[in-house]
Amino acid sequence: MRNVTAILRRELAGYFFTPVAYVFLVIFLWLAGWFTLFLGQLYERRQADLEPFFTFVPWLYLFLLPAIAMRLWSEERRNGTIELLMTLPVSIGQAVTGKFLAAWLFAGCALVLTLPLVITVNYLGDPDNGVILAGYLGAFLMAGGYLAIGACISSVTKNQVIAFVLAVVACLLLMLAGFKPVMDLVPERWAIVTEALAAIGLLTHFESISKGVVDLRDVLYFLTLIAFCLFANAVILEQKKAD
Amino acid sequence: MIEIKNLSKRFGSFVAVDDVSFQVGRGEVLGFLGPNGAGKSTTMKMATGFLAPSSGEVRICGLDMLGDPMRAKEKIGYVPEGAPAYPDMTPQEFLEFVGSVRGLAGDAKRARVEEVMKLVHLESHRHRPIEKLSKGFKRRVGLAQAILHDPEVLIMDEPTDGLDPNQKHEVRKLIKSMAPNKAIVLSTHILEEVKAVCTRVIIVNRGKIVFDGTPADFEARAPRGTSEPAMDVVFRSLTTSDAAKA
Repeated sequence: MRNVTAILRRELAGYFFTPVAYVFLVIFLWLAGWFTLFLGQLYERRQADLEPFFTFVPWLYLFLLPAIAMRLWSEERRNGTIELLMTLPVSIGQAVTGKFLAAWLFAGCALVLTLPLVITVNYLGDPDNGVILAGYLGAFLMAGGYLAIGACISSVTKNQVIAFVLAVVACLLLMLAGFKPVMDLVPERWAIVTEALAAIGLLTHFESISKGVVDLRDVLYFLTLIAFCLFANAVILEQKKAD
Repeated sequence: MIEIKNLSKRFGSFVAVDDVSFQVGRGEVLGFLGPNGAGKSTTMKMATGFLAPSSGEVRICGLDMLGDPMRAKEKIGYVPEGAPAYPDMTPQEFLEFVGSVRGLAGDAKRARVEEVMKLVHLESHRHRPIEKLSKGFKRRVGLAQAILHDPEVLIMDEPTDGLDPNQKHEVRKLIKSMAPNKAIVLSTHILEEVKAVCTRVIIVNRGKIVFDGTPADFEARAPRGTSEPAMDVVFRSLTTSDAAKA
């Protein structure tokens, strides 16, 4: 636990030592606001909810979160600090967990900073704050899923650009699996394929949570995704930490 | 305190380290020499638990590196080749991070970081990001990180590489002052360094140990009457292929 905290703190501070954190936060908040207010027509809809925000968040995450995850391990490899980290009395599991939690916490901070949107709809009308809270929970879980995928991929290469692109593609595939227009492409008699896609698709699970139905299965889906990716991350590091 | 038994490392069909065994006790400073690619760094990476050996055994203070890596690693201070450190951190932040992982906390950590910074003359640059430091200062950060927990075993991969003569002298002085209480292994390309700090020399060539003895023995192997420094001649004769058999 002590080691996980030490690594988490170092990693989190690392975001703020460099411009990464500030660029990310500004772009994320600006895009989130713009998507919600203008593209999502929050005012014109005359409905006090944050549906427009939660519709766009998965797409915003798709491009922004891999940028947060790409440095986690690629940077260690490029700097050679992986040799230092792996010869300190820290287990691979602790290092993987600490780094992931730092990125997840950072994504959580970005999410908390969108609170003015919640205040806005509460000022304008009388929204169901339970649904909004569920939406935030879903968004946070989804961020964890994306980041775990990104962290795992960044452990494969020392090139951050490659890590970024591969992570975006992996997240996109997982997202598209549960995207309605894609599922509609599958002929109707292959209902089993549609069901399978919906089961592994990120969006299906996110949408059901963000509608206000916090089903344990959806939560478990994200937690399983995170656990699986982090496990793969640890195995990859164990196998090829010195390459 | 360091026991290396029949250690081998193969990368595919290439044998980087071939059945290497040696022991280093308290008070010994072992100079690890050999041409580039002889297997020095690979051996050190296995001794510190970074690389898993293909076969063989590493014991640090009696602890098995493969069976109990966490406790074995606690006993070691390690300066990897090039002394890598997180470039965006300052020496102070970096040393405090290493301190937390090494189990130091609060005032004890702060005091120890202070002490070590004094030891390697780093105080003046404590708040500059490591990426902006000169090579000499970066090396000191690497050294400071390795001795922070006052380890019983100190392993350094080319600790004086790229330093100017004054800095080299400083580092050697520091190593000598720590020597009585620790088992130290350092790799180097500088043969005078061996004479200056080491109590024992191991030469590796093509993954095998070709010499193991004191610096005096090593020098004595030189034929009389050569104009070159004696150690250079012996080193060459041991590590060029024809003579290695003899």
